[in-house]
Amino acid sequence: MKLRLKNVTGYLMISPYLIHFLVFVAFPVTFSLLLMFHRWNIISPMEFIGLNNFYRLVHDVYFWRSILNTLVFLVIHVPLQIMVALFFAELLNQNIRLRGFFRAAFFLPVVVSGVVVTMLWEQLYGYDTGLLNRLLVSIGLQKIGWLVSPQIAMPAIALMATWKNVGLYIILFLVGLQSVPSHYYEAADLEGASHWQKFWHITFPSINPTIFMVVILSTIGGFSLFIEPYIMTGGGPLNSTLSAVLYIYKQGFFYYHMGYAATLGFFFAVIILSVVALQKRFIEKETGA
Amino acid sequence: MIKKLIIYCFLIIGSVMFVYPFFWMVSASLSPENELSHLTFLPSVLTLQSYKQVLEKIPIIRSFLNSLFVSLSITAGVLIFSSMVGYALSRLRFRGRQLIFYVIIFTMTLPFQITLIPQYILMVKFTWIDTFLSLIVPYLLNSFAIIMFRQYFMSIPQDLIDAARIDGCNELQILYRILWPNSVPALITVGIITFMASWNEVLWPLIVIRNEKLMTMPQLVTLFAVGGRAESQLGAKLASATLLAIPIVLAYVFFQRYFIQSMASSGLKE
Repeated sequence: MKLRLKNVTGYLMISPYLIHFLVFVAFPVTFSLLLMFHRWNIISPMEFIGLNNFYRLVHDVYFWRSILNTLVFLVIHVPLQIMVALFFAELLNQNIRLRGFFRAAFFLPVVVSGVVVTMLWEQLYGYDTGLLNRLLVSIGLQKIGWLVSPQIAMPAIALMATWKNVGLYIILFLVGLQSVPSHYYEAADLEGASHWQKFWHITFPSINPTIFMVVILSTIGGFSLFIEPYIMTGGGPLNSTLSAVLYIYKQGFFYYHMGYAATLGFFFAVIILSVVALQKRFIEKETGA
Repeated sequence: MIKKLIIYCFLIIGSVMFVYPFFWMVSASLSPENELSHLTFLPSVLTLQSYKQVLEKIPIIRSFLNSLFVSLSITAGVLIFSSMVGYALSRLRFRGRQLIFYVIIFTMTLPFQITLIPQYILMVKFTWIDTFLSLIVPYLLNSFAIIMFRQYFMSIPQDLIDAARIDGCNELQILYRILWPNSVPALITVGIITFMASWNEVLWPLIVIRNEKLMTMPQLVTLFAVGGRAESQLGAKLASATLLAIPIVLAYVFFQRYFIQSMASSGLKE
């Protein structure tokens, strides 16, 4: 009797989750599987169109463009983020004063809304009056078309995203660095190891988990990019900053192509999950060996 | 000694890089429009003109209150419900418990891109478009918070719970009267992360709210910037961005240590 009663309380207490899961996760996922085979603008009745949405997706230059854009973003963002974060984490890990102050300063952009950061950087990136170009001109360099050149707009967004997020990874790397027992370094010093040797053989393995986390979180972040291009470029110039989520948003809420937007969402999700799974596989192989 | 000096130099350059743009934003928002294009440090006179324009053109104060209401409701909901589920998963025995745990882990990895469109349709069918319900209810529970609470509660001694049961506490009393006071770090971590995430959320409000009076602050500021209403007046745009940054920066200044610890621990658990 007592055990049964306990059973019931257990179910009662997880029931909010179950309801939430059924309504906001299970139903939407199932419904999106259905939507993918239909054309629907919400107002008129749903129309079954078989595999047309898939056919369209395969031939959709914007879909492929948004994947290419995400790749451009990641190729710049991931290495830059790791290098900058490691650099400052190493500096903070030295015996210095005011560590708390510097940490807090680096972390500031992490807590501020992406909307604020984007509006701010839109001004820094301005072609004629932007702070960055004025700085370049004042040291005798050429102006850069940060947000107006199709080749540079996405790298510029990647640079901004790095500026915004890197504070979090500085902290995480710092935690990793501090967990390395200092006698490892002392032993290495006795053996006459160089700076680089110490970095590759002692520091690097201990921060490996953090590096992999940066890679995975940045991949998810790259595919989630929305507000930055939405505010700065609207996906332009020449679709060079059209991101996956911005494209879903346009298909869904500009053109009301619900069926096609759901198809896009499904395929982006599949791509994200497979890329992350591959990365995890690679990580396990590398660290397991 | 020289090495130390170089380290401090880099750290100072670094902190200027991360803080100065915000300083520039605030000082630009306080400067007269004609000085903006060549401003690098402080304007010759400080003026609130840009702020006046923002207040006249958009219901920014109303949107601040909307955001506050929405974010606080979500945070309260997440703390109450997620700790309840976390408690059941860590301390109560029932059939299917392990299965539910796996389901939660699975939903944590599910990309939001897949549910975005069908969730919007759900809101339309519930007639929740242009109500706070659409902003709050879908976010009342989240997998990350449940897992956090489950892990934390597992570290609390069973004796404490047994003693409370003997005293005649029911499960809800055990959770909210005994476990909560012993789980302050977990409550702070989940609370800060949830509040920040909902305060800064902008994609979902853009989709489900069209009535200006119900808009959240980031949404209203975004539409002010991209829509024509700022009339390309840079000062007004930057003033609205500054107003949007102030609440979270103030919270950060006061609870800085908690912010950094919470976000770092959430990152490490991934």
